[in-house]
Amino acid sequence: MAATVTVMANENNRSGLLTGALLAPATAWFLIMLIMPLIVVAIFSFGERSPVGGYVASFTFDQYANLPSRFAAFRNTLTFAPFGTLASLLIAYPLAYFLAVKVSARWKLLLLVLVIVPFWTSLLIRTYAWIFILGGKGIPAMLAFIGIDDVRLINTPFAVMVGIIYGYLPLMVFPIYVSLDKLDKRLLEASSDLGGTPFRSFLQITLPLSMPGMATGCMLVFILLMGEFLIPAFLGGGKIFFVGNALVDLFLQSRNWPFGSAVAIMLVIVMLITVTLYMRLTVGKSTGRDESLM
Amino acid sequence: MSKDYKDNAPITAKKFMEEFRRYQKGSVSRRHFMGVTGLGTAMAVMGSAMPGLMSSPAHASGDLGDRLIFSTWPNYHNPANMENFTGDTGVNIQINAFGSNEEMLAKLQAGATGWDVFVPTNYTISNYVELDLIQELDLSRLPNHDPSSQSPMFSNPATVDGKVYAVLKNWGHTGIAYNSAKLSKAPTSWKDFFDMTMGEGSGHTIVHDYQLTTIGGALCALGYSFNSVDAGELAKAEKLLIDSKPHLFAITSDYQPGMRSGDAWMTICWNGDGLQLNNDIPEIKYTLATDGGEIWSDFYCIPKDAEHVDAAYAFINYLLDPKVQVLEFESHGYATGDSRVDALLPPETAENEILFPAAELMNGLEFGAAATLTDPLRAEVIARFKSA
Repeated sequence: MAATVTVMANENNRSGLLTGALLAPATAWFLIMLIMPLIVVAIFSFGERSPVGGYVASFTFDQYANLPSRFAAFRNTLTFAPFGTLASLLIAYPLAYFLAVKVSARWKLLLLVLVIVPFWTSLLIRTYAWIFILGGKGIPAMLAFIGIDDVRLINTPFAVMVGIIYGYLPLMVFPIYVSLDKLDKRLLEASSDLGGTPFRSFLQITLPLSMPGMATGCMLVFILLMGEFLIPAFLGGGKIFFVGNALVDLFLQSRNWPFGSAVAIMLVIVMLITVTLYMRLTVGKSTGRDESLM
Repeated sequence: MSKDYKDNAPITAKKFMEEFRRYQKGSVSRRHFMGVTGLGTAMAVMGSAMPGLMSSPAHASGDLGDRLIFSTWPNYHNPANMENFTGDTGVNIQINAFGSNEEMLAKLQAGATGWDVFVPTNYTISNYVELDLIQELDLSRLPNHDPSSQSPMFSNPATVDGKVYAVLKNWGHTGIAYNSAKLSKAPTSWKDFFDMTMGEGSGHTIVHDYQLTTIGGALCALGYSFNSVDAGELAKAEKLLIDSKPHLFAITSDYQPGMRSGDAWMTICWNGDGLQLNNDIPEIKYTLATDGGEIWSDFYCIPKDAEHVDAAYAFINYLLDPKVQVLEFESHGYATGDSRVDALLPPETAENEILFPAAELMNGLEFGAAATLTDPLRAEVIARFKSA
């Protein structure tokens, strides 16, 4: 009896060591790539800008006191990120549904590839292309041809929204596609046998079962959008300013690293709050199924 | 023949998605992903049909290395020259285009840019020397460089404390480009520029994403020096900029697309861009402002930590060749300040008013001042204007 216990304890020890060894690279990565840079940024945020730019050690709350001067950037980000996510979801869901449920196996692969293909070109180049599509010689010229004059698309909130949906749609389509593709068709047959209309089956079976996919997609898109700077810079003409643009500006133009760090820390805090709220709202709905797509 | 299509497919949808996730997460390379999914084959077939897409083999004279990283400004080089240099030496040139000297300075201050050659403007060079970011040049390695052919007015900033850190590339001025078909009158001053921005040009004006020219223009419109770092004057300039912001089409230093598409009618403009625009679209005119503006010269420099120094010297020397400079000029439209090049240009070039405006307009221009680059207040004013 005692011998058995010893053996088990040994095995526990060994598996503990193994677990530790297996987790070590990830832990080191986490520490070096996430925690340490964050600490550096936090330290910088209490410093001062050197006269030629950069950072001088100090301990001051001046940078945080100056945060209200970037209020517009936070307001824009916190408006476009949720609406962009919602718009992507509304457009991606029917597409993912079509791909997962309606399309024959023969076309599925091709259509999936078509969704992926844009990823092969840099988002920068694709967004630049939109400057010409939305610019005066693009869609507005076509509209003028059929008699709708003086439409201005480029450098408007609408253009930024188009860019966001275009850039992030695949990230929303795939998680939803995966959750719909795995959907057990027998559940729908059962529902139909029991007299459920297709619409009701969709609402009570398909939609709830695709909730994890939607939650993952929304999270992916929302978090990336909170840090977005390229799309507003290109399609908003530099006039629609996100926190990402403020950061690029403070680090790469004004060379005010301490203030940039304070803005970055503030963004992390805002992100933590919104993501926590979001998790509270969605996890309650999408758990019950022990499954994660990430 | 009842076999399912899937049995013959190179990859199932499920497997494809698994591979795609692995690629997305970075656990497999793009090459692996393209290989297992069959997409690589498709690309290779397309690629071989279009030889231009394939990377060219390295040349025999490869002692310069195969790569050079070059940071410069938009629309500032002749692509044919770049290709010829690569063809002659096997050195591939990776170009980064910047919109402001501050952006270049920020990258160099942060370190490890990997740049081998870059193009700073006159007033930044003494700052770079002070910050120990650029190398003193060994002029014996630049046989095409001839100081006696250059106008000292433009080449002087290259020398700091008796040492040469840079060689002159081009010179030019910063004025206003406007579309005469869209505007009822021609702007002649920065005051006009901002008045018209908030008037008939509302929604169609571009200012640079560059503190020197955008704040400088606003300062001139108010009757102050282009280079002012006075807090009171800057506060008034900031107010003018923020008041005009709702009327702007864009804040960008890459203003050619907007002007060409007809969306923008007026922009702060470097004269070479003015010439390029005017050549292609004659109704777009370029003018200097009567209330001031900038005259500048640009240089080639080698950063202190450049990796491909031999290639950097070879590249700069190549670009200083008068025949190469003529081709550069034909592409970008900036004067060289080099009498050897002027001798090769068609005689009518000397009469071009965009290149060489009337003396009374030129007299009002200022060179950017070294203090203007690093002034914290100007940096904050432009940042606040953009984030307003």
